[in-house]
Amino acid sequence: MSTSSSNAKPMVRDRTALWLFLAYAVLLFFAFIYLYPFVVQVTTSFKTNSDAVANPLSPTADPFTLSAFQRLFDTDFPLWAVNSVIVTVLVTVGRVFLCSLAGYALARIKFRGRGAVFTALLAVMAVPGVILLIPKFLVLNYLGIYNTYPALVLPLLVDAAGVFIMKQFFETIPESVEEAARIDGASTFRIFWSVVLPMARPALILLTILSFQGSWNELPHFLIASQDPDLFTLTKGVGTLTSGQLGSGQQYPISMAAALLMTIPVAIVFFVFQKYLVRGGTAGAEKG
Amino acid sequence: MSRPRSIRRGQALAGWTFVSPTLVVLGLFLAVPVLMALWVSFTDWNGRGSPFASGIGFVGADNYRELVGEQGGLTRSDFMTSLRNNFFYVLLVVPLQTAFALFLALVLNQRMLRAVGFFRTAFYFPSVVSSVAISLVFLFLFSGGGVVNSMLDAIGVDGPTWFNDSRGLLHLVGDGLGLWNASDPPGALADNGVLGLSWWAWLSGPSVALSVIIMLVIWTTAGTFMLMFLAALQDLPLEVEEAARIDGAGRWGVFRNVTLPHLKPTMLLVTTLGLIGTWQVFDQVYVMTQGGPGKSTLTPAYLSYAYAFENQKWGIAAAMAFVLFLIIFAMTSFQRFLFRDKDAIATKRAAKRTKRDRARVTAGGAA
Repeated sequence: MSTSSSNAKPMVRDRTALWLFLAYAVLLFFAFIYLYPFVVQVTTSFKTNSDAVANPLSPTADPFTLSAFQRLFDTDFPLWAVNSVIVTVLVTVGRVFLCSLAGYALARIKFRGRGAVFTALLAVMAVPGVILLIPKFLVLNYLGIYNTYPALVLPLLVDAAGVFIMKQFFETIPESVEEAARIDGASTFRIFWSVVLPMARPALILLTILSFQGSWNELPHFLIASQDPDLFTLTKGVGTLTSGQLGSGQQYPISMAAALLMTIPVAIVFFVFQKYLVRGGTAGAEKG
Repeated sequence: MSRPRSIRRGQALAGWTFVSPTLVVLGLFLAVPVLMALWVSFTDWNGRGSPFASGIGFVGADNYRELVGEQGGLTRSDFMTSLRNNFFYVLLVVPLQTAFALFLALVLNQRMLRAVGFFRTAFYFPSVVSSVAISLVFLFLFSGGGVVNSMLDAIGVDGPTWFNDSRGLLHLVGDGLGLWNASDPPGALADNGVLGLSWWAWLSGPSVALSVIIMLVIWTTAGTFMLMFLAALQDLPLEVEEAARIDGAGRWGVFRNVTLPHLKPTMLLVTTLGLIGTWQVFDQVYVMTQGGPGKSTLTPAYLSYAYAFENQKWGIAAAMAFVLFLIIFAMTSFQRFLFRDKDAIATKRAAKRTKRDRARVTAGGAA
């Protein structure tokens, strides 16, 4: 008896070790597939055009050059970056504020029509974004704001999924907190602003990241909201680089440099706030 | 007792004030636009002036007829080509990205595994990066003499010129198996067809160029779905799995009978999001191929955009968008039907029956 059980144990341990080894092998293989494109992106952006084409696999740039970045800054790239920053900041601030307001009302304030508003919100979330391209252009044009900053910002200001996230979070805050303030005579907005909102920090951070990332990476809306080159954002400007002025030649370093620079801000936000994203990032997922 | 009423009125006022900015923005940039576009899809508006001006011709269902009817000509064959492309795209992307995400989550969920955070981050990172940046990187990776072809070259494989290759994968596979000659398709398939495309064209499969976009999207999206599966897996109590193991179930048995049923709601979520997302593919097509080569990466979303903003055929473009909307709606409804919980339906029915019986009993008692 005792011998058989002591024989069985190492066998189990061996099998576990084998599974673990297999798991690491699989994970390392896929980690390579996931990280290598970014390595290529970084190294290629420091290569010369001919080096990039001749030695695409080489992990070092020979000669090492900043010329792709210099040429990139001779284009409208800086202007696009400024536009992207302006639009992203406005959209993020607006979205976080408006989504929390609406989310709080739907979670906590009792008013007639609340159920109907919530149903409407769910219906809105079900409308696929891409079919709205032409409709949105029609309205922007009709309102006379096509080709302006408001056209870039206003339609992105509210995100039904964001309202949903905030509503769900506010519902987890105990009501007793607000009651104390209400007895002291604080107004609803005062309670929302000074009592509830500070308690909603994790949800606010999550919404900030999602809004930042969503508006920084947005492409289709910017395509249809303006055609004025002064209003191009990074996604629109860089996206048309390939088909336009730089697409003809084999100018891979410059497109890799552009891709690298526009990835850096989201990468920083991602690594700083990762824990919030991993926990809640799936809540607002709608990317294809 | 006037205090409660004034509080209630104050609450109503506050409630509507809080939701009104959201309602205004969503109404103005979502509800109103959809109605406007619906109107435009029944007109011949050319993009100049107001679509409501008196000179705009109301053409009834002509735009829709042009998409699916006999007189459609080039428009119809373009639209059908885009539907075919997107169909094969969805057919490959949704199952593959779901299976791949589930696979990664299962591997990462192993106990005793170290550095889970590193791998999770690596797999999730592409999900937060702009589709434009990723498209540019893939343009380079899959260029004629690019990274992928150099790697294939190293193992003695002559890679295709990915983005210039419009050959369909099914055509190539059939050719490889000796079923047909791809450069001289069988007449029965090539000479007959439906909706403006020959059977041969319908059955092409995704082109080589489209399969690069397929790989890109699976690579990008799997991370998000992996997180969803991971979250669900962590909800599954270890004891349940252990109990099944003690009862003599093998790894595969536990997976099939314990893990998979537990993941069903997540599976529904992941496949629904996948379906909605894949029928809308646009960014990658816009940046990488603009529908080419040979229209083999054309998708309804991109075609609709191009018809409106490049060809000024707004009515037809709006009609395309609405047809696309119907397709997405039908697909997700059908899929929800497939995933419907048979047990829950049975319980609901049983509950209704008992209620009815009880109501009959009480009604009888009262009489």
